[in-house]
Amino acid sequence: MNAAGFPILSLITWLPLLGGIIIMCVRGDEATVASNARWTALWTSLIVLVLSLVLWARFDTGEPGFQFVESVTWLPDFHVGYRMGVDGISVLFVLLSTLLTPICVLASWDAIRVRVREYMLAFLVLETMMVGMFCALDFVVFYMFFEGVLIPMFLIIGVWGGPRRVYAALKFFLYTLTGSVLMLLALLAMWFRAGTTDMTVLLHTSFPPAMQDWLFFAFFASFAVKVPMWPVHTWLPDAHVEAPTAGSVILAGVLLKMGGYGFLRFSVPMLPQGSADFAPFMFALSVVAVIYTSAVALAQEDMKKLIAYSSVAHMGVVTIGIFTFNVQGISGAMFQMLSHGIVSAALFLVVGVIYDRLHTREITRYGGLVHRMPVYAVVFLVFTMASVGLPGTSGFVGEILVIIGSFRVSFWLSLLGGTGMILGAAYALWLYRRVIYGRLTRDDLKAMLDLSPREIAVFAPLVLLTFWMGFYPESFTSFWDASVGAMVEHHQAALAAPMHLAGLAR
Amino acid sequence: MNWSLALPEIVLSCCAMAILVFGVVVREDSTFVCTMLGLGAFLLTAMLILAAPFGTGYGGLFVVDPFADFMKLLILAGGAMAVVMSLDYNRHERLTRFEFPVLIVLSTVGMMVMASAANLMSLYLGLELQSLCIYVLAAFARDEQRSAEAGLKYFVLGALASGLLLYGISLVYGFAGTMDFARITRALTDPVTVSPGLVVGIVFIVTGLAFKISAAPFHMWTPDVYEGAPTPVTSFMSTAPKVAAMALLLRTMVAPFGHLLAQWQQLIVLVSILSMLWGSLAAIGQSSIKRLMAYSSIGHMGYALIGLAAGTAVGIRGVLIYMVTYVFMSAGTFAVIIAMRRRGRACEQINDLSGLGRTDPAMALAMVIFMFSMAGIPPMSGFFGKLYVFLAAVQAGMWTLAVIGVLTSVIGAYYYLRIIKVMYFDTGGEAFDPRPASLSVIAAGTGLFTTLFFVLPGPVLNAAQAAAQALFG
Repeated sequence: MNAAGFPILSLITWLPLLGGIIIMCVRGDEATVASNARWTALWTSLIVLVLSLVLWARFDTGEPGFQFVESVTWLPDFHVGYRMGVDGISVLFVLLSTLLTPICVLASWDAIRVRVREYMLAFLVLETMMVGMFCALDFVVFYMFFEGVLIPMFLIIGVWGGPRRVYAALKFFLYTLTGSVLMLLALLAMWFRAGTTDMTVLLHTSFPPAMQDWLFFAFFASFAVKVPMWPVHTWLPDAHVEAPTAGSVILAGVLLKMGGYGFLRFSVPMLPQGSADFAPFMFALSVVAVIYTSAVALAQEDMKKLIAYSSVAHMGVVTIGIFTFNVQGISGAMFQMLSHGIVSAALFLVVGVIYDRLHTREITRYGGLVHRMPVYAVVFLVFTMASVGLPGTSGFVGEILVIIGSFRVSFWLSLLGGTGMILGAAYALWLYRRVIYGRLTRDDLKAMLDLSPREIAVFAPLVLLTFWMGFYPESFTSFWDASVGAMVEHHQAALAAPMHLAGLAR
Repeated sequence: MNWSLALPEIVLSCCAMAILVFGVVVREDSTFVCTMLGLGAFLLTAMLILAAPFGTGYGGLFVVDPFADFMKLLILAGGAMAVVMSLDYNRHERLTRFEFPVLIVLSTVGMMVMASAANLMSLYLGLELQSLCIYVLAAFARDEQRSAEAGLKYFVLGALASGLLLYGISLVYGFAGTMDFARITRALTDPVTVSPGLVVGIVFIVTGLAFKISAAPFHMWTPDVYEGAPTPVTSFMSTAPKVAAMALLLRTMVAPFGHLLAQWQQLIVLVSILSMLWGSLAAIGQSSIKRLMAYSSIGHMGYALIGLAAGTAVGIRGVLIYMVTYVFMSAGTFAVIIAMRRRGRACEQINDLSGLGRTDPAMALAMVIFMFSMAGIPPMSGFFGKLYVFLAAVQAGMWTLAVIGVLTSVIGAYYYLRIIKVMYFDTGGEAFDPRPASLSVIAAGTGLFTTLFFVLPGPVLNAAQAAAQALFG
């Protein structure tokens, strides 16, 4: 069986769905249904969180391979199975998903008043899809979860979103679907070639170099949209602006990581030659993303849009790190993804707090909030600093590791990638100045209340994690050190093999 | 002579006659009883099919193999669902005539013959029996101009297609010297010696059959007929006859003309690409949901044909899986469409669905499932259909076809999402009349099949595998 003694990954994956079924069965008038739905969703997601902490505690950090593996035959004769398992790269993403879901439920407690039952149901289904995607060890299973995420997210944006929600939801869905279907073709090609979709086998199958380039392109189509990389990032600002707060949190916190995870899980280890061929291209796009979207963020008047563009810039740093193919770069990318998952999620929650009170996200409508909302100002400051990458917060560790990693590739790459930190400081601090400082002039701002206990409960774990990651990063990096080390070794060995052969032939 | 091979067909046609006599004798309001009898006949036939032995009979005219059985069961399922859906609709539209179930049963007999045809003659007879019944069914609301127009249009164009098919058959007969599939196969073992006349004959046969499955560019009749015909008939046309015509196409291409793959492959690829493109592009501008379904079915046939274009057993298996998922999600969608009724009047506009997510969450949920499934989003069953046909295309190295296929499926996703948008994102819109139980049962059953297909896909996949293997002998 596995280290936990019971199929813990399947339990974490499917338990939210059970909560969803319970929510669907609730009967009564609208207020009862809403209240029951909220509590069921909260309890379900908390139980899932506790279960995932068991996973965290039992995880063997010295083991580079997959742990807690489960395997059941699924599609007969075609070597497709329901296989689950986590390694150092995926395990913390599972925790990120299970942590953010209860936070989202709490954050939507009062903000969502219509169709609460359906809303909570959508979030629980979303949790199942996210966790399943990070745990899947079979390509077909992975693909099902990867695309299945679109269904609840589409509905969340479209039903509970802002005024332009229809446009945003359709754009989100069609952009991601276009990428995904091309990945489907890559999946089929690899399936045909390797005779199975077991990812542990695929990781050790070598594909011919010409095929690798095509496969890489297909994966790129899917993951680049998801990350999102410039120039296919345009769906993200729209989706973020129109999505309800909790939707933005999951979108920024987990969904964007699916792209980075995909690069790390498929592109780099399975297609070493293809990744190496495309690395300069990826660097170019990432650098453009870092510099251009940071500049765009400076010009934004909508807070959510600003944070959305900053997400694109931060994820640009992640893609630089992944394609350096050295331990520092990939480790930095992992750290940056986790840090961004917490910090950008928290920033959307921060915006959500004042949006709930004033129902606008226009930066110019605010100012001087520090006078009335001191606790809020402190929380906002912590996450702004983390987003800027101040030492002592989680944002610093990831960026510095990526810069070190990219320095080993090229001086110019690390210089251009590093400008993101400077521009990031510019837009983040300027946003903070405009919203929090200044004179408190408007009457409606004077009447605003500081954080409620529920909101403090939402932010407390995120603040804690931000500092924990900043002060003691090793407690996180130790999870993936073994896996990333093995991946880099495998990558270099795979690249060296053809050269070695060429040398012999000569 | 091994006449018992055709026992299911014989029993079903006898049942049809008996129901007809019963309806004529009882006269008054026998429709409900006749419908139930029709359903019973379907059930009995399905059991006979499962029990019947395999083999070839009637001097090679008629073959029973796993492929035929697979298709027949699917046809019966489609027919039975259409009969159930007609119950409520016909009462509302004052179409309660006992001929309705009788015609559906007779047309089903034709389709079963099509699935078992092993000779160009029995192929044609089955096809005509099926078509003639559907011409009448399409015009069944005879006091309504639209329906009469649909029937006439279908008849005229259908007759043209039959003519083309017959012309193709005569060419093949002329150049191959036989109509028997097995003998044609033997005559064509060496593709080099095949005369161009025979290839022309194949082109005509493909054209005739492409018309029947409404694949582009022979799809022109589909939107008008779908819109004009009574909705249960539309639902019937979009499921069972498509399966039967697809069965014919698969068997004809693979069995007698299997050695001429190089000759007909281009043709199928072209038809497939055109259908996918036209099915997804033309549907975008539609406002009537029945017309939308017509274009959607054109697109679906395009996807299914990818499997045939690959020309391998894997491809045929893909087509079969695709047809299974398609029949159920299509029938379910039509159950929802028939349930769209306000103050006794049928609604057919997409905008009529507005606000359904609030007024009838269960019905909206069912429709969402069908729409996501048609768009091919996992974990719905429609995804698996696409997965297996694309797998076949990739295995055969047909990358252009596969890439066009996945990209048109994204375009197609747009209009399916539009329906979801109308139901959930738009507000307003009155509630529909209470759903009749018959439609709820169909929508719930097909909805469960579509959603839970991924849990236990084994039986269907294995059956499709066996059926595809049977075709390749």
